Amino acid sequence: MIIGHLTDAALATIGMIGAVVITATAGDILTASAMRQVGDLDRIREKSGLLGAIRAVLTNGRFGLGVVCLALSFFSLLYAFSHRDLSLIGPAATSLTFVTNALAAKFFLHENVDRRRWMAAICVCVGVALVAF
Amino acid sequence: MGPPAMTHSTMTFRRYLVLAAVTLTSAFGDSFLSRGMKGLGPVSLDHPAELIHAVFQPWVAAGIVLLIGFFASYMASLSWADLTFVLPASSLGYVIMTLLARFWLREHVSPLRWLGIVFITAGVGFVTRGPSWTDHRPAVDAGEAAVAREEVRL
Repeated sequence: MIIGHLTDAALATIGMIGAVVITATAGDILTASAMRQVGDLDRIREKSGLLGAIRAVLTNGRFGLGVVCLALSFFSLLYAFSHRDLSLIGPAATSLTFVTNALAAKFFLHENVDRRRWMAAICVCVGVALVAF
Repeated sequence: MGPPAMTHSTMTFRRYLVLAAVTLTSAFGDSFLSRGMKGLGPVSLDHPAELIHAVFQPWVAAGIVLLIGFFASYMASLSWADLTFVLPASSLGYVIMTLLARFWLREHVSPLRWLGIVFITAGVGFVTRGPSWTDHRPAVDAGEAAVAREEVRL
């Protein structure tokens, strides 16, 4: 049935985008948290050189967890790209990740997500709706 | 509860260049990946090894190199700017990616999708005019706190 077929396709698209968004958000929050722990890389590079800065990042446990999540997100994205258009999956997944990141950054990273940033999130939501549907 | 966290700008010209690198490497990296995956055709979940095989395709490999560059510049930017600043600040990538999809990959991009891109870019561009960093350390004196408040207001 054509309608049933379309519904399945839409559900599959939502599932693919959802998988990318969830894993990407977890990865972004973990890596952002790691970089807060590590500190300003410009200053670390001035003190310890480029290798010192790289070592500071790579030896952070939270960074490792974040990379695992981002790797999962990457393979989810590869899978989605092989089934759907870049101009649908790319903006939809990345923009939704922006919104979920704003929420997660407020609650987990305690970033000051002020009115300006929330308004931007609403604009992005509208944009995502237009891009995806 | 402690005092509210203050936000202020940590941006310099060089750091804006790093954000530009985040934008460009992300857009071109994703486009290269898409070009490579289109060449391979649909990948089945029954054969996940095909995804590993895809990594060695030239376009996919080039995309991965660019995305490594993206990751390095992205990590650097997160060490001096908020996640909710860095992501919007690199929003131009959406526009570049759509232009690449339309004119290089020859995908159809409908007027509604173009309008969506405008909304996304407007929203995320708007946020870059604000402060870039939430400082969780308590302000050391009233003067510093006042400066931080002023930066938030602007």
